[in-house]
Amino acid sequence: MNKKQRKMLIRILIAAVLLVTIRILYAFLGEGDDAAVKEPVWFLLYMIPYLTVGFDILKKALKGIKNRQVFDENFLMAVATVGVIALALIKRNGDYIDGIAVMLFYQVGELFQSYAVGKSRRSISALMDIRPDYANLERDGETEKVDPDEVEVGSIIVVKPGEKIPIDGVIIEGRTTLNTSALTGESVPREAEVDDEVISGCINMTGVIRVRTTKDFGESTVSKILELVENSSSRKSRSENFISRFARYYTPIVCFSALALALLPPVVLLILSKAPQWGMWVYRALTFLVISCPCALVISIPLTFFAGIGGASRAGVLVKGSNYLEQLSKTEIVAMDKTGTMTKGVFEVNGIHHSTMDDRELLEIAAHAECFSTHPIALSIQRAFVTGQLWRKDSETGEASLVDESSEFRGEIKKDRVSGVEEIGGNGVVATVDGRSVAAGNARLMERLGIGYIPCHHAGTIVHVAIDGAYAGHILISDVIKPTSVQAIRELHKAGISKTVVLTGDAKSAAEAVAKELGVDEVRSELLPADKVTAVEELLKAKGAKDVLAFVGDGINDAPVLSRADIGIAMGALGSDAAIEAADVVLMDDDPLKIAKAVRIARKCMRIVKENIVFALGVKVLCLVLGAFGIANMLMAIFADVGVMVLAVLNAIRALAVDNV
Amino acid sequence: MKKSYKIEVDCANCANKMEEAAKKTAGVKDAVVNFMALKMNVEFEDGADAKAVMKEVLKNCKKVEDDCEIYL
Repeated sequence: MNKKQRKMLIRILIAAVLLVTIRILYAFLGEGDDAAVKEPVWFLLYMIPYLTVGFDILKKALKGIKNRQVFDENFLMAVATVGVIALALIKRNGDYIDGIAVMLFYQVGELFQSYAVGKSRRSISALMDIRPDYANLERDGETEKVDPDEVEVGSIIVVKPGEKIPIDGVIIEGRTTLNTSALTGESVPREAEVDDEVISGCINMTGVIRVRTTKDFGESTVSKILELVENSSSRKSRSENFISRFARYYTPIVCFSALALALLPPVVLLILSKAPQWGMWVYRALTFLVISCPCALVISIPLTFFAGIGGASRAGVLVKGSNYLEQLSKTEIVAMDKTGTMTKGVFEVNGIHHSTMDDRELLEIAAHAECFSTHPIALSIQRAFVTGQLWRKDSETGEASLVDESSEFRGEIKKDRVSGVEEIGGNGVVATVDGRSVAAGNARLMERLGIGYIPCHHAGTIVHVAIDGAYAGHILISDVIKPTSVQAIRELHKAGISKTVVLTGDAKSAAEAVAKELGVDEVRSELLPADKVTAVEELLKAKGAKDVLAFVGDGINDAPVLSRADIGIAMGALGSDAAIEAADVVLMDDDPLKIAKAVRIARKCMRIVKENIVFALGVKVLCLVLGAFGIANMLMAIFADVGVMVLAVLNAIRALAVDNV
Repeated sequence: MKKSYKIEVDCANCANKMEEAAKKTAGVKDAVVNFMALKMNVEFEDGADAKAVMKEVLKNCKKVEDDCEIYL
C-alpha cells in the first residue's frame, strides 16, 4: 500500500470506530424527554465520522461543479449522502447512519480498487521486467558499469552469469547458455558461443561472455519490445471505447431518472389526491444515485485488456493493442506463408533413395563431388555429410524427424580426394572422386550424360548421382516442416478456426504435398510475393463480413501482406525489426503452436470482458429496478456497487494467467 | 512530434476525462491516456511548442480532475 492508500485506510478505520461508538452512545442517551433539545448535538457528533471519511469527496464534488464537471462519481456520492442526511434532519428522526455508511463503504470500495489496480500494475510490470539496469562496458582493459544508453555501437561489453544481456550484439569470447524465457516464453535454454548473435533481454546463465554490440540500446530488441508493450493499451479496443462512451451517457441518464423518480410519483399521487410521500420517493431517488456509479465497468475492462496483453507477452506473444486482441479473438480464417512459417526455411537432405551402395557412402561421394560448389543445394549435401544428420519425413504424419544423429556418421570433406571438377551450369557437377568419375545433378544432367535414372515422387529438389557412368541413386533435398506444424494446424481447427490456407511460391505439386501433410484446408501455390497480397484480398472478399482473417508470416518479404490482412501475425521476430513494425501481433519465437495459443489467449480475455460487462450491467439494472420499487435500500445499493466492482476486478486479473490456456 | 509523459491519476474514469481534456487543448493533435501504464502519449501539431502546450494540458486536466498529475 502506498502512502495515500494507508492514509485512506486510517481515515476509514477512525470513521468506522467513531460511527459505532456514537451509535452505541445514542442507544443509551438518545432517548428521553429532552431528545428534541439534544438532537442538534447528536447531529454534530455524527458529522465527525461523516466528514472524516468523506470530506475529500465533498470537496471534489464542489470543485467539479465549479469546473462544470458535474455527473462524476464524487458528485453522485455527495448528493446522495448529503441528501439522505438532509432527509433525516427534515424528518427529525436522527437517522444519519445510512448516509455515513454509504460514504464509508464507497471509500472502502475506492481503496480496494486503487489497491487492486496498483497490485496488478506491479505484477504485470514485473512480468515485463526485462529492462537491463546497466551494462559492463570494457574500456582500456577494465570494465565499468554504465547506463546501457551510453554504450556506443561496436563497444565491447562483458556479461556475467545471472546478468541480463543489455544490448544486441555478437559474442567475441566465451560460450554460455541463455535463458530467453522473458522474451519468448520458451523455457528451453539456448546455447550460444563465439560469433553467435545474442539478443538483449536474455539472461546469461552459465558462462562469462564478451559481446561486441551491434546496435544502440534504443534500437535493441529489449527497447523495441518494451516500447511496444507499454504502448499497447493505448490502442483501445471497441469494448473499451464502448465503456468510456457508455459512462459518459449513463451517469447523466441515471441522474435525470433519479430526479424524475423524486418528482413524478409524488406529483402523480398529488394529482390523484393521495399523500405524496415526498420523503420516501426522494430516498429512493438517492438510492438510484448511489447505484449509478459506473466504477466496476470503467475499471475492469481496461484492467482485463492490460492483464491479457501482459499475460500474452509472458507467453511470448506480443499484441500491439487491445483492439488487436479483440480482433484476434474473432479470427475465423488463418492464412499462412509456407517457407519459414510452417517449414524451417532451411533445405536439408531428407532422404536417399534407390542407392546401389550404403546411403552414407553415396552421401560421402556426392558431398565430395560438390565440395567446391557454394550452391545452396550443394551446401545442404555437404552439411548433411559433415554433421552426420539425416532428416527423414514420416509419410504418415508429415513430420520430419532426425534419424541417425550419432557422431560415428560425422564425416570430413578432404578436398584432395577430388580432382577435375567441372560445373555444368544449371545442371550439376562432374568430378573425379577417389579416381572414380562422379556426376551429381538434376535429371537434365543425367539425360545429357545418357544415364538412365529413376525419377523421385517426393516433392523437393532431387540430386541424381552416377558413378563411372552407372546410376547410383538420388538424394532428396527439401524444406522441412517444423516439428510442431502439424499439431499447430490441428489446434487451430480445434480452437474453432473454420479455414486454414497456405500461401506459397512453390510449384503446385510440392505445395499440395506439404498442404496435405499439414492438414490445411486450402493451398494457393506458385505465388510471387505480390500475388500473395492479391490472394489475401480474394480471401478477404470471400469471407463473411464479421469474420476476421489473420495472416501469419515470418516477416521477411511479407510486410505488405501482414498489413493487408485484418490481423498480421509475424513470427520469429527476435531481431527482425521489419516484422515488429509491420505486424499487429508478434510471436517471439518461430513455434507455430503459438498461433493457436495467441488466439486462445485473446478469446479468454474477451470472454472475461464480456462476463464483466454482462455481470456489472446486470447487477446495476437489477439494483436500479429494486431501488425504484423501494425493495433495495441505500446500504444494499452500496454493497452491490462495491461488491460488483471487487468481483469484476478479481475476474479481470484472471486474464493474466495464460499458462494453461 | 510524439511524446510520452508519466502521469498520476486514481481512477480509470478520471483518466478518460484527462484524455478528453488533453485532446481539446490547442496544439495537441491527439492524446491517449493509458491508465494501466500511467502514461500519456501526446502527439503535437506541427510547429507547436511541446513545453508550452503541456502546461496548458496540465491546466486543463486539473480542471476536469483535481487529483491528477503529469510529470513534465
